[in-house]
Amino acid sequence: MNDMNDQTRVTGAKRYAAGVMKYAQMGYWEPDYEPKDTDIIALFRITPQDGVDAIEAAAAVAGESSTATWTVVWTDRLTASEKYRAKAYRVDPVPNSPGEFFAYIAYDLDLFEGGSIANLTASIIGNVFGFKPLKALRLEDMRLPTAYVKTFQGPATGIVVERERLNCYGRPLLGATVKPKLGLSGRNYGRVVYEALKGGLDFTKDDENINSQPFMHWRDRFLYCMEAVNRASAATGEVKGTYLNITAGTMEDMYERAEFAKQLGSIVVMIDLVIGYTAIQSMAKWARANDMILHLHRAGHSTYTRQRSHGVSFRVIAKWMRLAGVDHLHAGTVVGKLEGDPATTKGYYDIFREEFNPMALENGIFFDQDWASLNKMMPVASGGIHAGQMHQLISYLGEDVVLQFGGGTIGHPHGVSAGATANRVALEAMVYARNAGRDIWNEGPDILRDAARTCTPLKQALDTWKDVTFDYTSTDQPDYAPTPEVTA
Amino acid sequence: MKVTQGQFSFLPDLTDDQIRQQAQYAIDKGWAVSVEYTDDPHPRNTYWEMWGHPMFDNPDAAAAVFEVNECRKAHGSKYIRVIAFDASPGWESIRMCFIVNRPAQEPGFRLVRQEGEGRVVRYTIESYAVREPEGARYV
Repeated sequence: MNDMNDQTRVTGAKRYAAGVMKYAQMGYWEPDYEPKDTDIIALFRITPQDGVDAIEAAAAVAGESSTATWTVVWTDRLTASEKYRAKAYRVDPVPNSPGEFFAYIAYDLDLFEGGSIANLTASIIGNVFGFKPLKALRLEDMRLPTAYVKTFQGPATGIVVERERLNCYGRPLLGATVKPKLGLSGRNYGRVVYEALKGGLDFTKDDENINSQPFMHWRDRFLYCMEAVNRASAATGEVKGTYLNITAGTMEDMYERAEFAKQLGSIVVMIDLVIGYTAIQSMAKWARANDMILHLHRAGHSTYTRQRSHGVSFRVIAKWMRLAGVDHLHAGTVVGKLEGDPATTKGYYDIFREEFNPMALENGIFFDQDWASLNKMMPVASGGIHAGQMHQLISYLGEDVVLQFGGGTIGHPHGVSAGATANRVALEAMVYARNAGRDIWNEGPDILRDAARTCTPLKQALDTWKDVTFDYTSTDQPDYAPTPEVTA
Repeated sequence: MKVTQGQFSFLPDLTDDQIRQQAQYAIDKGWAVSVEYTDDPHPRNTYWEMWGHPMFDNPDAAAAVFEVNECRKAHGSKYIRVIAFDASPGWESIRMCFIVNRPAQEPGFRLVRQEGEGRVVRYTIESYAVREPEGARYV
């Protein structure tokens, strides 16, 4: 019916003749379109099937994620279809990746319900990800207009108020996940919490899959953990917390657990990403109403964030979670055991913590993003990190971050409390040295050795883990190098 | 026990010159340094007494150290902390906080447990020091 390469829009009555028409011809490709300030913009990495034109593929993505179906429907004419059609307006080849293209697509704000991640994602990552003409599709980034950002609550507490509640300023917070993650009884579990907090940590954490199992039911865990938290607080004079994981099979169960955590005086509760966007937003609303810090463990995200060709980039998940309203979210360590190269991770941290993100292709950030005074989210760095890396962690991640040393606390040769003290001394020594003008990146190992002279647990930690690193090539790196030609 | 609030409580006590360096870091960031003291170090005792106003227009950390020492003369047996305040948009809060003086003996805190039903315990933390009236603590 149509010439394969003809992307000219068909207009007038012909546009609505019954039958099949190319998406570009239907109006989903508008190369001259200038996105409005109120448009939501999505950037997809598309990999068309062999023989499928990139522009047609981009138009198809725009169509399938907005108003289109596979055939022309006359009922479009009952609507202001021009407005509701998403518009692919730019397609660029991905540098050094034959067959892949970046497609920029603009969506009118009226396509979305305010304050609903579920509604946003049902369009943007809905049916379109299974669309046959594409081999693969990845949502790389989104530009969220201020008008839309303002329909969300945002982080229940935020970095500033979290610090005020904890009475802790000017240094990263320290945490540890209780290990082994499965099998401890409530009483034994609380012992680890007490030792770690007394030794110098600010937080301990349930792991993602600690809910209510035969070896430890949730009420038992909560009661023993709060005994540990309060004992440690009295022993140190510091505010302490433990992320009580309230993830459960139903919202009713989660609310019950959250209420019990509140009744016991916990300052923080925790949920897993796998509970879903609506459940996350509900708990964020509850957390705001009950003065609770809300920790989100990103369980499951690597199933769709890790591979470059298909899925959703973690930077997009980070943006959605800042809208949805969590306070803590894991964001990578750069140096630890889990995925994350320095440039990409910096992009994530900026999304969490800044008021405004300027476009930074070298960090994988494709759009200016104004956060419109939504609270800042506290990034959490966890997974295979230890005291000997403190200078690298602070250099890469800054001070508004929770550094979580699970094995690096509990695996200390002289016990949990010694492990916690080692980490706290390393942390304070490094922040002190940075503020005093030392070059911690290069002098870090010396600074740690000096601090270990008056702290045996730190010396033991440094001797045990020496320079353990996880040096593997990242599967997800920025596509653009920071050269003037590209970023200009 | 040792109250370990603040940025540097796990390090050896800071010398005046080390306090000056840290205060200068804050000043160079544009933050206002101030000095506060208390005889109740309860973790949720937010409002320590202010030793003067935050030094909004002070370019020199030596002045902050001077105030620390003046405060020590008057309240040397109590807790004294240095705070840096950041008035920039999106923060408008404290950015640094570290203890620079503490009592010779720190009695610590009593944990009071009120047992309720269903094994629920209501916890209260109380500084032993506050059993004495204000002015009569740590003397």
